[in-house]
Amino acid sequence: MGSHHSEPEPWVVHRVRALESLLIEKGLLSTEVVDKVVQTYEKDVGPMNGARVVARAWVDPAYKQRLLADGTAALAELGISGRGGGDKMVVIENTPAVHNMVVCTLCSCYPWIVLGLPPVWYKSPAYRSRAVLEPRVVLNEFGVDLPTGTEIRIWDSSAEIRYMVLPRRPEGTEGLSEPELTALVTRDAMIGVALVQAPAAAR
Amino acid sequence: MTALWPRGIIRPAMNGVHDLGGQHGFGPIEREANEPAFHADWEKAVLVMNLIGMVKRIYNIDEFRHAIERMGQQRYLDTSYYEHWLASVETLLMEKGVIKREELEARTRHFEANPTEPLSDRKDPELLARVMNVVRTGMAEKSAPDPAPRFRPGDAVITRNWQPRGHTRLPGYARGHRGRIHLFHGVYPLPDAHAHGRGRCPEPLYSVSFESGELWGDAAEPKERVHIDLWESYLQPAEKS
Repeated sequence: MGSHHSEPEPWVVHRVRALESLLIEKGLLSTEVVDKVVQTYEKDVGPMNGARVVARAWVDPAYKQRLLADGTAALAELGISGRGGGDKMVVIENTPAVHNMVVCTLCSCYPWIVLGLPPVWYKSPAYRSRAVLEPRVVLNEFGVDLPTGTEIRIWDSSAEIRYMVLPRRPEGTEGLSEPELTALVTRDAMIGVALVQAPAAAR
Repeated sequence: MTALWPRGIIRPAMNGVHDLGGQHGFGPIEREANEPAFHADWEKAVLVMNLIGMVKRIYNIDEFRHAIERMGQQRYLDTSYYEHWLASVETLLMEKGVIKREELEARTRHFEANPTEPLSDRKDPELLARVMNVVRTGMAEKSAPDPAPRFRPGDAVITRNWQPRGHTRLPGYARGHRGRIHLFHGVYPLPDAHAHGRGRCPEPLYSVSFESGELWGDAAEPKERVHIDLWESYLQPAEKS
């Protein structure tokens, strides 16, 4: 997969420019639209949105309750909506007993509004094929070793419902502020392939 | 010139290679540290052209996914995510009559011969506003009247052994298996109809929970459940055991 990303066949570059130029002529596109949309996904939409949601849920139990009951509405409270906003967001909580992990085996559905564009590994045949069959082996590859007693729930995003994991708040972070907690939350933890780590100083 | 996908329309199927759940042999998951949002400028243009295709309602998300599934099995595995998108976008723009194959081929040759020629531009504040509104707030697509759900959370169901003649969102690994209704999500267009110009055919959608042993037999890991979002017509009631 990697070689196609770093060195696309020149044909693809010409083909895409040909399509763009035809759509511009037909009044369906402008380069300004491309630039503005791309800017949004590069700067404004990304895991920092999901991290804000997680930190708020950690410090505000009432918000957490609303988030787990109706993800779409609770995200809107924090001003988060967008493409996929017509779709339903479901937030699933990790606990000592249950660990959740998200995949899309049929294509690469991903909660763009909270995590931005998916990383290449999430879209790879390796992750899509193995996450449902051998999640513990996959988690080990990501450096996560769960106790054998922990139940693993895989969420295969086969429809227009988008899932985000609410990771466990790490021990030793009781004194941290909401912005400090936000900075700890990673994209991978919200997909469910990582745990949130406490900062070394707080331990 | 090397086309990335075969010419002509591939018959809609399909039990395809896109249906990857449970397949073996793809190796370890390779990750890239500090991965950028895009790896090349052409990927950005493909993302936005697809957005336009849906915002302008030239095609819908199910047609888009199915056109990827029709790009050819071998090609699917040999190409990247945005190459899949490109294959789908150009296929649908041609099938819907927005562009002609000859003009696309001619224009591609033109840019091959003139690689530094800039794109002509036009200002279109109305289009920009419409697209950015979808990016920020989404496309609302609620259908009415909603059919009432047949199943309730906790109900035992068995998935159909469905060998599709076209697009479906019932993964191969979950066909003919017993599960339980976990959640009722609401009513959504049925992809099996919506991808083939047969209207939205709204149906109740459920999160269905399967035990790993039911899906994978002896190969199952302990204490695992898989939740899959499935439309009502994929499900039959199972006798209580």
